[in-house]
Amino acid sequence: MNRLPLLFIALLASFAAAWLGLVFGLYRELGGVQPVSDPFTSELQPRPYTELELAGRDVYRAEGCIACHTQHVRGGRFNADIERGWGPRRSHPIDYIHDRPILMGRSRTGPDLVNIGAREARRSWHHLHLYDPRITSPGSNMPTYRYLYRKQRIGDEPDPDALMLAGEHAPPPGYEVVPTDRARALVAYLLGLDRTYPIPGTPRR
Amino acid sequence: MVTAPFNWRPHSRGRIADDGHGSAVGPQQAVDVEAARAARRRLVIDRSCRVPCLVLFCSAVVWLLAGTLLAMIASFKLHEPRFLADFAPLTFGRIRPAHLNVVAYGWAFNAALASLLWIKCRLAATPLRGGALVLAGAGLWNVGVLLGTLAILTGRGHSTAWLEFPVPAAAMLYGGFALVAIAAVLSLAARRVRRLYVSQWYLLGALLWFPWCFTVAFILLMPAPVGGVTESAIGGWYTRNLIGLWFSAVGVAIIYYLLPKLTGRPLYSHQLALLGFWALAVCYPWTGMRHLIAGPLPAWAITVSIAASVMLLIPLLAVTLNFHKTIRGRYRLVGPSPTLRFIVFAAVCYLLVGGQGVLLALRSVNEVFSLTHTIIGHAHLGMYGFFTMAMFGAMYYIIPRLTGREWASVGLIRIHFWCVGLGLALMVGVLTAGGIIQGLELNRAAAPLGHYIDEHGLSEGVGAFLSQLQVRGGAVDFLDVTRGTIPWLELRTLSGMMLLAGHIAFAVLVGLNVAGHSPPRPGPMLLSAAGRGRPLE
Ligand code: HEC
Ligand code: HEM
Ligand code: HEM
Repeated sequence: MNRLPLLFIALLASFAAAWLGLVFGLYRELGGVQPVSDPFTSELQPRPYTELELAGRDVYRAEGCIACHTQHVRGGRFNADIERGWGPRRSHPIDYIHDRPILMGRSRTGPDLVNIGAREARRSWHHLHLYDPRITSPGSNMPTYRYLYRKQRIGDEPDPDALMLAGEHAPPPGYEVVPTDRARALVAYLLGLDRTYPIPGTPRR
Repeated sequence: MVTAPFNWRPHSRGRIADDGHGSAVGPQQAVDVEAARAARRRLVIDRSCRVPCLVLFCSAVVWLLAGTLLAMIASFKLHEPRFLADFAPLTFGRIRPAHLNVVAYGWAFNAALASLLWIKCRLAATPLRGGALVLAGAGLWNVGVLLGTLAILTGRGHSTAWLEFPVPAAAMLYGGFALVAIAAVLSLAARRVRRLYVSQWYLLGALLWFPWCFTVAFILLMPAPVGGVTESAIGGWYTRNLIGLWFSAVGVAIIYYLLPKLTGRPLYSHQLALLGFWALAVCYPWTGMRHLIAGPLPAWAITVSIAASVMLLIPLLAVTLNFHKTIRGRYRLVGPSPTLRFIVFAAVCYLLVGGQGVLLALRSVNEVFSLTHTIIGHAHLGMYGFFTMAMFGAMYYIIPRLTGREWASVGLIRIHFWCVGLGLALMVGVLTAGGIIQGLELNRAAAPLGHYIDEHGLSEGVGAFLSQLQVRGGAVDFLDVTRGTIPWLELRTLSGMMLLAGHIAFAVLVGLNVAGHSPPRPGPMLLSAAGRGRPLE
């Protein structure tokens, strides 16, 4: 093994084989996936994100929710993702065609969120939870995102999205805590996360 | 089977090789012209490497401290989520990728580049070419890491793990690496030794593979994003190759270089080294999709990755066997020699992390423990127990040769070793144990472990819990699982404090040495041939 050019070519070849096989192969195979049409509404699924949801995705990325949350339901025989109610079926490449960048995540310090909009559709719950997760979920170690909320003097009418805070969290009388635009966008994104539509011809697990 | 690589003369007396600890002065030797010439050549090489390598090593140490601080904050936040909660740049979701990138690209990469350059020059028996390129590259690289980290902390990071640095910062890393790599290749091309020792193969491979996968991943994720699940596939493929074909390759190359030197024994087997290397080069690049086992990827890609991961047993065992046979019978040298302590620790962790990794790649194990703290434990066993410890060892060996100065304090070296050794064992232990419970509760159990312990006491409770595991339970409330992980995470913070203490001791040692406050090396290498000491490298 003393010939430099030979060594170099061999190293190149071993890596190129896997690169072609794995990366290029996947690129070709996954590049062509198309939306499916929902059998009930005959809408195309997944639907594209709205402007607001895209802004919310960006907050999700910037605040690093992926550090603790994944966005995929696993198939396979040895896990309980489906039993936990995280989704009715295994996630499929089609579910991600509008995701740019992908927010897949690699840790489950928190639950999977790919179908959170189907599971928890109350906007007020999400705001309260983000403001301080321990209000809704005692013992949670999810960070508080109070910096996405704003305390303001109550105007002529209370803000419809004002948080219903009690006890230690309650703002002083005459004030209310309202979501900033970033928090509103984030929650709109979470509520829109729903990939429960069926994909014909694919197994559930 | 035993073949001696060039210039590794086995030492007939079997003494401790000088690893910069200062006490190994050999017996009187006849004046040996050849040895004197070799010693002078080494001195010239070390001089040529001095400034570039020291700049890289010192940046590495600064990043090590920064990364440890970030890690401490992140770790503390996982059990005290209200700590510093209202300051957005330090929110957990930003500080975790900041830690990851600072330790990977700041600490580990700088240290790897410096060791790579020095070893390459020593093995090629030629002074470093393009020192100025290295300096420019190091500058570019480190500014890139700084900018990238600030970008993450201000919410501008990319979302793919290990690739969070945004375009400008990543481009600077790219340029910086290219400059350093050019210098490395120039030095290799000017080699005066035809024979390519096994470390050279690994380092050459690393120099080729890293820019390749970085280019592919960077382009397809940032300037021209492919979108969709392909991004996740490419991100995972990049991470795998970065870990296995850059960090692991450099780590193994260093151990292959230092073990024979420090034990005074030739490498046990060249054939075994060949087998280990080519098995790695052929199998490893195929493992890229094992982070999404049972995930949204085509089945063939996942199956191929699992098969290739299991095949990694071949290089793992071949390399470990070679290490063990090389040092066998000389294990008593490990105590007195700081370098050898760290290197042997690293070699043991290499075996452990690989064994654990092969298990984690099996579907039945992966689906239960993937995405839990077990994986974080595995990551630290590899990136810390194996790679970081190998780097510590290399730095204890190389820095005195660059500065011509010994380490200032044996006590501090001891503190460093024991703090990080025990701290790491604690960290991996608690993350693995906590992660196993977490994984079982998430995927298998009908009720959390805590309930059984409350009912039956500790030992019987654990037994009852284990006997109740079903294939499909999944009934444990998520919040109960979360609460169960908190004590383990608290222990992780404790282990982090031990690591921090060790890192401070190490930083003081390096600082004193580089600043010239340490004693000069006893036997100046040139004088050795005149009988004052014998260069054992
Ligand atoms: C430190 C890890 C961590 C981070 C970072 C984190 N979370 Fe969580 N999250 C959790 C944990 C643990 C839970 C489960 C307990 C709870 O409901 O709070 C959770 C629960 C949730 C839930 C409810 C899920 C369910 O099934 O009821 C939502 C929604 C959520 N998180 C959204 C977010 C968003 C959005 C972000 C980023 C802004 C985020 N999380 C960041 C740990 C985290
Ligand atoms: C034979 C060798 C090895 C095998 C088979 C292996 C296997 C694995 C597997 C299966 C995972 C992913 C688990 C999951 O996410 O579900 C993983 C993750 C990881 N491994 Fe290993 N491992 C090996 C060696 C190493 C070594 C030597 C290192 C460090 C130098 C290392 C560092 C890591 C890290 C940092 C992660 C986290 C990955 C990420 O962030 O995506 N591993 N390993
Ligand atoms: C200098 C050596 C270190 C290296 C190379 C290192 C490496 C890593 C890596 C690769 C990850 C990412 C794991 C993954 O994404 O799968 C990580 C995460 C982490 N590390 Fe370190 N680490 C080091 C030191 C420390 C120290 C001293 C602590 C102290 C507590 C620490 C605490 C953490 C924490 C809290 C996380 C995030 C884990 C999570 O999200 O649950 N690390 N580290």
